[in-house]
Amino acid sequence: MVVFDRPHALIDVPLHYCPGCTHGIVHRLVAEVIDELGIEGKTIGIAPVGCSVMAYDYFNCDMIEAAHGRAPAVATGVKRSDPENHIVFTYQGDGDLASIGMAETVHAAARNENITVIFINNAIYGMTGGQMAPTSLPGQVTQTSPYGRDVNHCGYPIKVCEMLSQIDGAEYLERVTVNNVKNVRNAKKAIKKAFQNQIDGKGFSLVEVISSCPTNWGMSPKKALEWIDEKMIPYYPLGVYKDRSANKEEA
Amino acid sequence: MSEKVLMKGNEAIAEAAIVAGCRHYFGYPITPQTEIAAYMAKKMPKIGGTFLQAESEIAAINMVYGVSSTGKRVMTSSSSPGISLKGEGLSYMAGCDLPALVVNVQRGGPGLGGIQPSQSDYFQSTRGGGHGDYHMIVLAPASVQEMAELTVKGFELADEYGITSMILADGTIGQMMEPVSLDFDLKPMPEKPWATTGTKMAREHNITNSLSLVPEELEKFNFARYEKYKKIEENECRYEEYMTEDADIILCAFGIAARVSKNAVNEARSKGIKVGLIRPITLWPFPKAPFAKAATHAKAFISVELSMGQMIEDIKLSTECKVPVYLCNRAGGMIPDPKMVMDMIEKVKAGEN
Repeated sequence: MVVFDRPHALIDVPLHYCPGCTHGIVHRLVAEVIDELGIEGKTIGIAPVGCSVMAYDYFNCDMIEAAHGRAPAVATGVKRSDPENHIVFTYQGDGDLASIGMAETVHAAARNENITVIFINNAIYGMTGGQMAPTSLPGQVTQTSPYGRDVNHCGYPIKVCEMLSQIDGAEYLERVTVNNVKNVRNAKKAIKKAFQNQIDGKGFSLVEVISSCPTNWGMSPKKALEWIDEKMIPYYPLGVYKDRSANKEEA
Repeated sequence: MSEKVLMKGNEAIAEAAIVAGCRHYFGYPITPQTEIAAYMAKKMPKIGGTFLQAESEIAAINMVYGVSSTGKRVMTSSSSPGISLKGEGLSYMAGCDLPALVVNVQRGGPGLGGIQPSQSDYFQSTRGGGHGDYHMIVLAPASVQEMAELTVKGFELADEYGITSMILADGTIGQMMEPVSLDFDLKPMPEKPWATTGTKMAREHNITNSLSLVPEELEKFNFARYEKYKKIEENECRYEEYMTEDADIILCAFGIAARVSKNAVNEARSKGIKVGLIRPITLWPFPKAPFAKAATHAKAFISVELSMGQMIEDIKLSTECKVPVYLCNRAGGMIPDPKMVMDMIEKVKAGEN
């Protein structure tokens, strides 16, 4: 009896991600959810620019590669092309979603665009070699903040879930992480809910996944997972930031 | 004869797009093309279509990119500064060979410029506009009827070749009212097996993508795309010739400048000066043949433009500079009148005598 297998929605090819990078885990969770909901045949994924730019080679569903930051706008077009028959998700990093693509993110939320957004926050630009991201922590050393992020010079990190929770249109916002087994299980639940919401026509659902980048953080994979607990989560607390339907049900 | 209705040029574009089967429009407000969005906002919800005002021109062109990836007819419209913002998306669409219709109702530039008619985005549109090696099919209407006809043609060419078609209009043609017939023989839309509409678990996944990190492969894609462009150059050049056969002086103009020039041709002929007009309808591909032919008998060309002289370069290339090419131009939202063109004709004639 097979108890553990590759999800059908994930293509059987080696991923290009660095050792210890959590993209692989999140890819798998998204693929497991697509399998469990039985939506692979109607799903169209939008890949970003960044480390996960080649996600189109990993997911078995139809895929579109978007320009940097534009995934929510592309997703809007794909969804509205055939709202009844298209399940659309974007997979975006912090530079893509919270810097160059901030306008597209905010307005897709404001329109309550019925899409699912998987947001990988690892506090750094990975693909270009470790520059300061909109989510880099105060004092964090990166290639473009070599003396540590000085908030008086370049401002503060952006807390995406907190910010979007102020937008009436947003349906569901949750921040999770994948640095241990328990957290991985919670992350999967959140991702599944974000897809289920779309199936149910509830609207804009975003899951922020606090992730690690051992290579550009300059840490071992194990240390990077610990750093999530020590530094990232205190600044980016986990939890549900908005769940409009749940609130309605309570009311 | 089909029924004609009185419409503004911008409205004719919108209605023709609907007739052509376009059910998705995305745009952002900018003068002088707002009638297109207003028309779509009214009409689309009534016919099961989608009108969406995007948060920016950048978002609008990316929504177009999304719908086009799913194989459906889709359009956006804007004016010069907005088209600059769409440049990124236009380049990505070219890199993915995606069909779409983009309308540029030009205004004077550079920068914020003005809101009066202009043709100063000729270089931007005929050379691609965004980064990388690519072209769009660029169509230049000179009447409200042509606004409608070239909109339909633009969609058909886009689908046939996998390319973006641009209507390069100007504020005058956009705003003027003329009778227009919207009765078209539509070509059936080609199959689009590449569309990302979900695999239905019945085929391999489709990917819309312009990333290619292996230079040998990217080079191959570029050469293949230019083979396609070569076919378009061979098959799709459109132009109008007016009294060119015996002409000593050839006026060259598109859009509103061509209408002014036609008046000047008539006036010159009434004075016994042999003047003709070549009016390119496709600006890319540029109709080189009539220019090369005219260069064998004409003594001079005059390029009449609402810019500081952009199409004039293509005329010089097409005629291989065998005869002089002069510029008769206004810019910044000003339009040359027939008298200005007539004065230039007389100056050129005097110069050659």
